[in-house]
Amino acid sequence: MSASYLTVDRTVWSWINTRDHKRIGVMFFVLNGLALLLGGLFALAMRTELLTPRSLFMSSMTYNRLFTLHGVIMVWLFMIPSIPSAFGNFMLPLMIGARDVAFPRLNLASLYIYLVGAVVTIVGLVVGATDTGWTFYVPYSAKDATAVLPVLFGVFIIGWSTILTGLNFIVTVHKMRAKNLRWMQMPLFVWTIYGTSIIQVLATPVLAMTLLLLGVDHWFDWGIFDPMRGGDPVLYQHLFWFYSHPAVYIMILPAMGVISECVSTFSRKNSLSYEAIVWATVGIALVGFLSWGHHMFTAGISVFDAGAFGLMSMFVAIFSAIKVFTWTGTLYRGSISLKTPLLYVFAFLFLFVFGGMTGVAVATTSLDLHWQDTYFVVAHFHFIMVGGTLTAYLAAVHYWFPKVTGRMYPERLGLLSASGVFFGFLLTFVPQFLLGNLGMPRRYHNYPAAFQPLHVLSTAGAYVLGSALFLTLGYLLWSLRYGEVAGANPWRSACFEWRTTSPPPPHNFEGTPPFERGAYDYTREALERERARALESDAALAPEPEAGHV
Amino acid sequence: MQELLRRMLFLPPEATSVARSIDRLHFFVISVTFAGAFAVGAVAFAFLVRYRARGEDEATPEVIVPRRLEIGVGLGLLALFVFWWFIGFRQYVAIETAPPGSLEVYVTAKQWMWKFSRADGERSAGVLVVPKDKSIRLLLTSRDVVHSFFVPAFRIKQDALPGRYTSLWFKADRAGTYPVYCAEYCGVDHSRMWASVVVLDAPDYERYLAGQTPDRVTHAGAQPELANDGIVGAREVTNMVDEGRAAASRYGCFSCHTVDGQRHIGPTWQGLYASTVPLASGKTVVASEDYLTRSMMDPHDDVVAGYSPIMPTYQGALPQPDAAAIVEFIKSLRYDEASPPVPLPSVIAVAPVLPAVKGAPLNPNPLTPSNPSEGSQR
Amino acid sequence: MSEGGTKLEAHFESMERQADAARFGMWVFLASEALLFGALFTLYACYREKWPHAFEVGVAKNDALLGTTNTLLLITSSFLVVLGIDRYRRGDALVAARLVASTAAIGLLFLLIKSHEYAMHFSEGIFPGGHGAYFADAPAGSAVFFTLYFTMTGLHAIHVTVGMGVLVYSAIQVRRRRMSLHGLEIAALYWHLVDCIWIFLWPLYYLARGS
Repeated sequence: MSASYLTVDRTVWSWINTRDHKRIGVMFFVLNGLALLLGGLFALAMRTELLTPRSLFMSSMTYNRLFTLHGVIMVWLFMIPSIPSAFGNFMLPLMIGARDVAFPRLNLASLYIYLVGAVVTIVGLVVGATDTGWTFYVPYSAKDATAVLPVLFGVFIIGWSTILTGLNFIVTVHKMRAKNLRWMQMPLFVWTIYGTSIIQVLATPVLAMTLLLLGVDHWFDWGIFDPMRGGDPVLYQHLFWFYSHPAVYIMILPAMGVISECVSTFSRKNSLSYEAIVWATVGIALVGFLSWGHHMFTAGISVFDAGAFGLMSMFVAIFSAIKVFTWTGTLYRGSISLKTPLLYVFAFLFLFVFGGMTGVAVATTSLDLHWQDTYFVVAHFHFIMVGGTLTAYLAAVHYWFPKVTGRMYPERLGLLSASGVFFGFLLTFVPQFLLGNLGMPRRYHNYPAAFQPLHVLSTAGAYVLGSALFLTLGYLLWSLRYGEVAGANPWRSACFEWRTTSPPPPHNFEGTPPFERGAYDYTREALERERARALESDAALAPEPEAGHV
Repeated sequence: MQELLRRMLFLPPEATSVARSIDRLHFFVISVTFAGAFAVGAVAFAFLVRYRARGEDEATPEVIVPRRLEIGVGLGLLALFVFWWFIGFRQYVAIETAPPGSLEVYVTAKQWMWKFSRADGERSAGVLVVPKDKSIRLLLTSRDVVHSFFVPAFRIKQDALPGRYTSLWFKADRAGTYPVYCAEYCGVDHSRMWASVVVLDAPDYERYLAGQTPDRVTHAGAQPELANDGIVGAREVTNMVDEGRAAASRYGCFSCHTVDGQRHIGPTWQGLYASTVPLASGKTVVASEDYLTRSMMDPHDDVVAGYSPIMPTYQGALPQPDAAAIVEFIKSLRYDEASPPVPLPSVIAVAPVLPAVKGAPLNPNPLTPSNPSEGSQR
Repeated sequence: MSEGGTKLEAHFESMERQADAARFGMWVFLASEALLFGALFTLYACYREKWPHAFEVGVAKNDALLGTTNTLLLITSSFLVVLGIDRYRRGDALVAARLVASTAAIGLLFLLIKSHEYAMHFSEGIFPGGHGAYFADAPAGSAVFFTLYFTMTGLHAIHVTVGMGVLVYSAIQVRRRRMSLHGLEIAALYWHLVDCIWIFLWPLYYLARGS
């Protein structure tokens, strides 16, 4: 047995100073996981506080800080880097038959930039008691006495980490593909990471600039958005959402890629309409840039703008809808085995349709006048971010756990906790839709007593969801050591990352990556060819069985 | 049916016809959402049962969807979404365009309360009293950060921005007390920045105008949630037009503008409101509230044809309520008013008061706020 | 070929691919940089639409002669660095290094003129954020104009400084024949971006005075 990327060098320094995309991916995963844990604990604290219409155990000031912490950590420290930086880093080169990403040193640099940014952000949030919300709207954030500056600075730093990772992936996809791998043969996960990277590279600098302007305002009192000096706070919102709406697609596109992979693997079926999914991915990445104004229907933009942004939002929705149909259709005439990742896929399908359609609803101009800034919007984007991205993230964690660690997780516990996540999630966020209908504005510490029953339900759901996630954390840690040894390809998947050992060797593939069979090819002919080749190579190896082994 | 859905979805009772039409679209969209999510879930589940794996390493046929079907499904859905957009946008345009003859109310938001002042002089904080079946147009602005005026029962919401006016209108057809929430995060007490809109029947409203306070109004003001600053429900009646005239005189407006139609250093205010004004740039503009406010804050854009750009800016010098009052005063000088509320000659008598003489300093410099405490906040 | 100091890294198949990837990476980075400035250009457009008068007065306040001189300087410098690449391709490392170094020197001249302009503004009481005596009588919106002016030209000046550093480093490495040709090309690409951005700043802040 040759050494895997995990065992090749076991010193701490070899991790800190690694260039291996797999190790960098694993370290990103650990850091993101810590961010998720932290953000999740803050969410539980908030939900507990909201059990009563008046203060239960914290003041309004503390509550406002908490939702800022929850938002900033979940958006910038977890959601945006989670799937691309952790799984993208690990899987992308494997899936295109490359030995590494194009710029390994830059890749390691993005990890450390992320770490520094995360520390600055969290310290700024906690010590500085920032209470602006993750949107930093001016003039509130410009006038606010709390320490907004370090948080802006931290998010600015993380932004550069995102840009560099995106840049690295774009170049990797363009220039590092194995010779025999054409664009339209790439695994769909690669396509979604590619789409996400384009958004990261083109949208993040606008956010960086906006935050920089806000920071300079704080520091030197330049007041570029200050209405007293002729500035316009609504322009800030435009710039902010020019980034932050595409950022939603940064978060959801890789999740869609994970779903494509899992659906195909666990139904042993070609991905229905591969090309449609590819073009939908590219479409989302591009049209996603043109719909930011739907966050601002009530902010005093012109009627024309509202109409135009509303219409563009409808176009984005079509691409997502096409994807949902193809995933569902992929199951047709498959050979389906219900493993934990597939159960998460089912949860995703239901929640994402619901979340996406309520997105169309809030992008419908007149309806948004009631829902904007209420719990309806909160529930909608949690359906996309948690019901969509987090669910897909958990699918990815289970799907690739054997690939990354070489061990299996306990399947029954997996199925149990996936069900817990699904029902806990519904119990948390369905009441929030209803609260939004009732008129509960978001970021409210106090609320009218009539809203209490729905809040209690929502809090109960949050505890179910939290417990299921802790259960997952527990058995995954347990499996690291005691899990069954997985073997190279426990899911019998056709996708490229499974065509090497699990965990993979330091340079990913021994020899030329075997890409003759398509990533989603489960036809009888393909299987027979595969079997024939296996026999051949066994025969070839037979005279000297030790060849190629260290 | 509509009522049943409304209750199932926990929507508050609709108090305007706009709210009812929005809800109809809402129910349509939500029903399709439910149907879509459950259909996808059911089909996926059916496939799971029907095509479950019967052995290891099974081969499956390669299914390819005809391109025409893909495009057809996409376009079909797009048609549905664009149809929603069309209905929604028509409603939105209607909501954004106030009918002529609406009763106008200036709404000033500040951390953390709502203040209302009406053209007819009625002023209050926390409680807005309006008659039933009359269109009310709200002109919103903020004195500090961004707030948002949200009345769930009317299904409407509009941000209040510092340094700008936004507007919103409604016509309530059910008497009642309707809560108002601030929907845009604005600081520590954001979640207590509440108010009420009290809609009164005609007889109640008559009594209210006559100086009585109907129970409903007292009750709205006494809600514990609203007793935020102790001034909620306090009602002052002043004449906004009079106040505007006083402010205009205080800020020296009459040294250049007349109110009797005579040409002076600046254009006359008589008949200015809602008239079409020719500009030096060759364009024309309708003198709306927004135009009038803009002209005070930035006189050098949109200079009226035939006048020199010599007016100083009042950006930062003229507080929002005063600006609103001056606009209201200008509006009272319309030609089409049957009986102008302001006797014109007497106004001329008080007119040219120079700012330097008066105690309130004119401060055209936008950078040093006239209120020193505001300056030291940073 | 002066592929000098750059080694083929283990994860690339060939040197061409590695050079190709590096060049492409730089282009992607430049796209990102373009959007960084794009946000500021958007602000300029929106605020100019809001305060046309203040922007016209503000532009007239800037010295068009100095601005135009700076434009000529930057274009000349970009030309020199291209000549440098050409020389390096032909193997003339000494002249190439001198050309690249003189590009950086012109960058320094640019910065000197720019700081002279800033000094002139400060002496007239024009500071970013609408601070200073000038704004007492300036038309409304002047504060926004000059804040944007200082932000955009300042950020550009930072880019010029970084670019100069890169060029000086490249000149030294080229002189020692330790830099690959594509390495020099990438450094020059960055300098062209700096140049390009200025070509947009120049009309917006020196020429567009209105009628």
